[in-house]
Amino acid sequence: METLIIVLAGVLVTVATYLILSRNLIRVILGTAILSHAAHLLLMTMGGLKIGSAPLLGEEAATYTDALPQALILTAIVISFAVTAIFLVIAYRAYQEVGTDNLSDMRGFEDE
Amino acid sequence: MTVLHWATIAPFLLAILIPFFYKYARRIHTGWFVLILPLVLFIYFLSYIPVTSSGDTIMNSVPWVPSLGIYFDVYVDGLSLLFALLITGIGTLVVLYSIYYLSKKNERLNNFYVYLLMFMGAMLGVVLSDNLIVLYVFWEVTSISSSLLISYWFHREKSTNGAQKSMFITVFGGLSMLGGFSLLYVMTDTFSIREIIANVDLVTTSSLFLPAMILILLGAFTKSAQFPFHIWLPDAMEAPTPVSAYLHSATMVKAGIYLVARLTPVFGGSAEWFWIISLVGITTLVWGAISAVRQKDLKSILAFSTVSQLGLIMTLLGLGSASLYFDVGAEDTLYTTAILAAVFHLINHATFKGSLFMTAGIIDHETGTRDIRKLGGLMTIMPITFTISLIGLASMAGLPPFNGFLSKEMFFEGTVNATQFGIFNMETWGMLFPVLAWVASVLTFVYCAIMFFKTFTGKFKPENYDVHVHEAPFGMLISPIVLGSLVVIFGLFPNLLAYSLIEPAMASILPNLLEPGQQFDVGISHWHGVNTALLMTIGVIVVGIVIYLMMKKWSKLPFYLKERDPLNRLYDNGVSGLISGSQAVTRAQMTGSLRDYFVYMCGFSILLLGYTMYRYDAFAIDTASTSSISPFMWIVALVFIGATISIAFVNHRITAVIVIGIIGFLLALLFVIFRAPDLALTQLLVETVTVVLFMLVFYHLPDLQRRTAKLRFNILNLIISLGVGSLFTAIAVSSFALGQDANFESISEFFIENSKELAGGYNMVNVILVDFRGLDTLLEVLVLGIAALGVVTLIKLRFTGREDV
Repeated sequence: METLIIVLAGVLVTVATYLILSRNLIRVILGTAILSHAAHLLLMTMGGLKIGSAPLLGEEAATYTDALPQALILTAIVISFAVTAIFLVIAYRAYQEVGTDNLSDMRGFEDE
Repeated sequence: MTVLHWATIAPFLLAILIPFFYKYARRIHTGWFVLILPLVLFIYFLSYIPVTSSGDTIMNSVPWVPSLGIYFDVYVDGLSLLFALLITGIGTLVVLYSIYYLSKKNERLNNFYVYLLMFMGAMLGVVLSDNLIVLYVFWEVTSISSSLLISYWFHREKSTNGAQKSMFITVFGGLSMLGGFSLLYVMTDTFSIREIIANVDLVTTSSLFLPAMILILLGAFTKSAQFPFHIWLPDAMEAPTPVSAYLHSATMVKAGIYLVARLTPVFGGSAEWFWIISLVGITTLVWGAISAVRQKDLKSILAFSTVSQLGLIMTLLGLGSASLYFDVGAEDTLYTTAILAAVFHLINHATFKGSLFMTAGIIDHETGTRDIRKLGGLMTIMPITFTISLIGLASMAGLPPFNGFLSKEMFFEGTVNATQFGIFNMETWGMLFPVLAWVASVLTFVYCAIMFFKTFTGKFKPENYDVHVHEAPFGMLISPIVLGSLVVIFGLFPNLLAYSLIEPAMASILPNLLEPGQQFDVGISHWHGVNTALLMTIGVIVVGIVIYLMMKKWSKLPFYLKERDPLNRLYDNGVSGLISGSQAVTRAQMTGSLRDYFVYMCGFSILLLGYTMYRYDAFAIDTASTSSISPFMWIVALVFIGATISIAFVNHRITAVIVIGIIGFLLALLFVIFRAPDLALTQLLVETVTVVLFMLVFYHLPDLQRRTAKLRFNILNLIISLGVGSLFTAIAVSSFALGQDANFESISEFFIENSKELAGGYNMVNVILVDFRGLDTLLEVLVLGIAALGVVTLIKLRFTGREDV
């Protein structure tokens, strides 16, 4: 199971890298969003996927899944959401100002 | 802080006051305020002569950075006293000369004297320091202040170029010298020169001996303008003449000589030291003399002649270092003549070269030119300058009865003695030294003759000069007269110096040869009597006259017509090649395209991580501890992979948003499967909001039209992303497998046991978030807040390009 999920994360990383390497600003942002998914999946997997009960003590189960990676991922999700949001707004503003979303056209000013 | 410490830093303290004198006492030439200090210091240092000539030394220590072994130690022995007297004595004369040379109205005197005092203090620090680091600090201050002085007329391009060149070369040497000092510290665990000399066995037996020696010698050679680092000195002649006289004849260029002499007890007696110094010295001697003959400008001739004479002193120090090998004792003059000649010539050179620079400055000042092709017939017009020049040039050429004759005789004697050494392969190559020394002396005679006859004899042609030519004012003549008189006095009464200065200096260069209480006995009286050296001198004079008389013939040679040193081309091409090369590298690499930088980063990560994994054989797959996969999981995984891959091919923005949403919701589904309810909830919410955001923004953006990118472009991207992805997978799989093997206890048991006990909550994830690891959450909230503020700022604030925003 773990190997399958890791391969899943690997596919996410491959596609994310491919998108980040493109010249289109929107694709780069899509890539970063997907890359954060891969990171979350990896965190989840490395904690071990042995099926236990959800980490709620009220269940009174024999085994629970590990709670710590879940807490870490929760933090990471919120942060990556914040970053994605600000990326999107930057892309929007950049397009408004310079009129292109092609990274190879964004070459700075002449006098720099 | 003792008086000696204050004496060392006194020039710096006075330099602070100079701008005030310059500003508030405009009617008095600022130089007069400066003049007192070197004079007082000179008299102060004279008072140490009885101490050092009786064989004693003085050591005063003030801690600077004691934890690193750096103490501001001043140490006075024969060698440092000799240099201190040169620095302050010639410093006094140069300041006096500069008062008449630099005009009060037109020059920025405050700059000049601040730099000059900085230089004087630094030079005193170099020669009086016992601590290598302190010596290095002062050494670099001499480089800096000398560059400032060379570029004193900074509006002239040649001045700034010369300053830059001297800075590059001497700082290059200074830095390698610092490396050598550090190696000495590694070997002996001390920065104190005296302690290093006391523990010299640690150095000579160490494997770092040779690297340390070469690094330190690089510093000494660059500073003392030895071949091939001499090229900065002729270009430094753009400085005002007092500076040339002070820095580039008497003091700074002798700092390297000082260092070599100072460290002779450490490195001397080894074949490498002997050969490197002697050969570099003799090459410099010959090359400087050859180049000096070609020059047409008085100061250029003097510059190359300085290079040549420094080579001479360096050769003598090299040859003299062999005496440490024999350990013969002080009485055997066969071996110690070379050191004696080096010290004696050091003094003589400072006197006659200083006076020659000053007379060259006077000629420049009074005629408006220094070109020997324009000058001529000045003998009757400038009689005093003529007399001083005659004395200086005769001394430089090595004619009796001036002091140059004595030191040249001893130089010949030293080189002839060297051929009798039975060590270091001298049996085979020993004849090299007297022959080359003789050739260089002939050339020295020739350029002295050229300087003298072209300037002062012949017919006076008033049309060659823009100004009315006349003798210099008396004030300007005082300093050269003093130096010229010293040339004569030292020539007639050499033993005046022998007991007071030369013997103590020799004792510091060759300390191990002396029994306690013993002194070198160097009566320079046996200079009459026919020996090899005398015959060589006669040969020099005869052949020199012949060559000078035949000048009409050989002056047509193409080699003679060119003035610039051919090594300059090497330097110029090196510098411009360095600039254009680094520009080319930067242009090729810093493309300004974000994608290229991503390619570098990804490529480098692949190589580094891949190599590390391969190198440590860290690839592993663990099948034992993985859990089984249900058919439902397979379906979810396949859909997930399909959605992910398809996003790379999507060309419409609405499709992209939908696919990104699918991926997010599938991730939430995975969280559900893996029993993470809080994660699933959050992921669902966040994904929804993200999709909404994408929709909002995409409305204002152009469509994701497929650009006709080159195939090669896409293939490279594909290769890189496949590499990153597969390496990521391999590392994750391996680390999972190895992590299972390592079998460390997880801390999750702690949360299971204590969530209720300590925090009073049932939901472990939430307890971790707000209780056990609450700080994470606090800062994560901060991140969200900053992002929200950022979004607002980006949308609300518009820079319109006006000046006032």
